[in-house]
Amino acid sequence: MKILYFAWVRERIGLEAEEVDPPASVRTVADLAAFLKERGEGYAHAFENPSVVRAALDRTHARPDTPLGAAREVAFFPPMTGG
Amino acid sequence: MFTVRIQAGQFDAAAEIAALAQGRTDIGAVVTFTGLCRDDIAPGGARLVALTLEHYPGMAEEEIARLVEEARTRWPLTGATVIHRFGRMIPGDNIVLVVTASSHRTAAFEAAEFLMDWLKTRAPFWKLEEREAARSWVAAKDTDDTAAGRWG
Repeated sequence: MKILYFAWVRERIGLEAEEVDPPASVRTVADLAAFLKERGEGYAHAFENPSVVRAALDRTHARPDTPLGAAREVAFFPPMTGG
Repeated sequence: MFTVRIQAGQFDAAAEIAALAQGRTDIGAVVTFTGLCRDDIAPGGARLVALTLEHYPGMAEEEIARLVEEARTRWPLTGATVIHRFGRMIPGDNIVLVVTASSHRTAAFEAAEFLMDWLKTRAPFWKLEEREAARSWVAAKDTDDTAAGRWG
């Protein structure tokens, strides 16, 4: 699946996007965040407090317990500050 | 007419109202909200130089369109225009425009406020502040969550 990062999540990880093929045990948004957190120092920093990282599945807001299902694009980002 | 645009360039609120109302006789009320980049001095005295708005292309349009659809289920709107800019803005620049039209003013006022409240907490945009000495990401505000939450 394609993973996108925005704002300080992007800066900490050092990537705007990447392709990731998580194992079958990764079922939910929270599972995926925990999986990514183990990929390196930048990831660990980005996901150090998972409760402040939001996610979207195929461009729709998702919750930590939302199943990834057949999502092709997953995004992680801080709480939004537009407007 | 219902329009959502995400753009780098400036917008002209008067031109957007005119475009929304042109040739229509069913609109009795148009409410406009414009959000601007304001001059700001941090507690330490560092003046804001610029704001850079990052967005999630694709989702930004789709999410705001969903908010407009939600507003339409709550109020009898006859039109709406939402424009959100991205990129670097300096104090005085406009950032966001919400125009709502209805037969009567109450629906237009309430829908405009609802759209701004929900837009701030749901539209995928992030502000990076550039101050005289540093750059930092703006933190989300609890007061914005409270404002969005009052609409149920």
